[in-house]
Amino acid sequence: MTGVPDTTPEGAPEDTVRSTAADTAESTDGSATAGVARAAAPNEATGETANEAPGPARKTAEVRRRGAGRPPTRASRLLQNRWAGLAGLLLALLAPFVDATPYALSVMTSAAIFVMLAAGLNIVVGYCGLLDLGYVAFFAVGAYTSGVLATRLDLPLVATVPVVIVVTVVAGVVIGAPTLRLRSDYLAIVTLGFGEIIRITANNLDVTGGPSGIYGIPGLAGSPVAFYYLTVVVVALAVLGAARLGRSRIGRAWRFVREDEDAAEAMGVHTYRVKLAAYIAGAVWGGLAGVLFAAHLSAISPGSFTFLQSALVLMAVVLGGMGSVPGVVIGAIVISILPEILRDLADYRFFLFGVLLIAVMLLRPQGLWPARSKEVP
Amino acid sequence: MTTLLSVSDLRLSFGGLLAIDGLTFSVNEAEVVSVIGPNGAGKTSAFNCVTGFYRPTAGQIMLRGRSLRGLRPSAVAALGVARTFQNLRLFGELSVLDNVRAGAHLWLRQNVLDALLHTPRYRRSERECTEQAHHWLDFVGLRGDRYGEARHLPYGEQRRVEIARALARRPDLLLLDEPAAGLNHGEKTELLDLIRRIQALGVAIVLIEHDMGLVMEVSERVVVLNFGKEIADGRPEDVRRDPAVIEAYLGSDTHA
Repeated sequence: MTGVPDTTPEGAPEDTVRSTAADTAESTDGSATAGVARAAAPNEATGETANEAPGPARKTAEVRRRGAGRPPTRASRLLQNRWAGLAGLLLALLAPFVDATPYALSVMTSAAIFVMLAAGLNIVVGYCGLLDLGYVAFFAVGAYTSGVLATRLDLPLVATVPVVIVVTVVAGVVIGAPTLRLRSDYLAIVTLGFGEIIRITANNLDVTGGPSGIYGIPGLAGSPVAFYYLTVVVVALAVLGAARLGRSRIGRAWRFVREDEDAAEAMGVHTYRVKLAAYIAGAVWGGLAGVLFAAHLSAISPGSFTFLQSALVLMAVVLGGMGSVPGVVIGAIVISILPEILRDLADYRFFLFGVLLIAVMLLRPQGLWPARSKEVP
Repeated sequence: MTTLLSVSDLRLSFGGLLAIDGLTFSVNEAEVVSVIGPNGAGKTSAFNCVTGFYRPTAGQIMLRGRSLRGLRPSAVAALGVARTFQNLRLFGELSVLDNVRAGAHLWLRQNVLDALLHTPRYRRSERECTEQAHHWLDFVGLRGDRYGEARHLPYGEQRRVEIARALARRPDLLLLDEPAAGLNHGEKTELLDLIRRIQALGVAIVLIEHDMGLVMEVSERVVVLNFGKEIADGRPEDVRRDPAVIEAYLGSDTHA
């Protein structure tokens, strides 16, 4: 480590010494805890905030204790407050004006649903540090609950939402309560098992339609465009909600648990309950994404809820930056859109997809838009 | 003076090994008690029993007449006990302020709905939480950056943050496990002053420490452990003259 982390405002005087220490840079670049930051260019973040000032920083230590004399610059304000989120939302809302073919709308809707999944898993993995390899289980529970209720009881899909919330909370408790006593590796294996159990159960039950699944699930909106907008609004609220939870008492408790469970306990954090809360929140987010998924495709089958799906959501979280809301939003968009962009390559599509993912992780191991623990006074 | 913490006949064994063998001591309100003894004497184990990290094999631990035995650490903390760790246990990748906010966790009155909707109650409690964190960092005299990650602070500063975090719990009883370890002379002097200022707040302190100068200076009573057994309990000046203590612990180095 060659320097104290910089707290000089972005765009500081030219004489600030640039450090090459990768680990300190890691802590300073990237920003924004706010809102929905869809599609905001990640490299802007690194370019703006990678300043390092080991020497001069010490001199001003007294001054920056309370942050006196260092108002956030326009760039940092842009990155840390809600403007990035609003810009992303605006982009998402304007996208259909660029391309509104059924194919494009379908891809964008799927991407938005995937963003919601990533935001939910980020609560579990990113905030709380619980490696969940079976997250798709909650996605499946949500999709099947609303699908079965809507087709069997002839209910509109919206009416199933309260039931979905209740069922996913119960699922979160049932899967979480026994497994969250386990630590790291064991937890990962058990969640992997539960993910498969849910899928195989859906495959074998009659009420879920067996291997062929459920057809004719009613939609939530009249047209694909309307449904896309509805999805964007729901997902934006979900992402905003996840971000707000992350900045609250419970969100901090999740991070304390991730960093050091014993120290968290010693400060009065009931670590088991806090972990269960993260799991339940993740379950509800996943379940509601499942409702959107069922409405989007109007048909669901066990094939949609494989381990690969869990792995892809986890990849979106890791690729974007664990614990970083704008990061996982970008990660989810990349993971869901990239295979579509690469569609022309036919057989080489997933080969190149894999190569690109490896390249990103080698070049930016901390994620595209890493979580920022530095606070702006 | 009223008794705050009373530990009686505490025993702890790991398999066949008796780590604590019948420890009895008490701490009055706003009193500084040091627990000393050679390495492996069972000092930290005793701390871990009081704070709920270890389950004692036998004995009683009472805080204001309430038994702490069998409670999980967070429940012990909720009753007004805070601690630091022998090896720093900061949340390294979180900001210094967030570390101290952890201490305020039990005091925050906001629920999930407040957080989702950013109600006035949420804003108020977040503001108070940050003010508290600043207050305790001021109190411990932190000089380093509060907004950056805790792991980037120098060692002595990290020690201060850990104490600030425990103080933000606003405990009645504070357990400090070797707070002077790794500190230089100047920092030790400041620690001495800090312990006195904490005591002045009405907080009782139990201190595990190897620095005899600090122990003799700051404690009202000293409990001496050796091989899990208590061999002395009394005023510092009496303890340092106790032949059993000199033999077991201070050895020939009586002026340490």
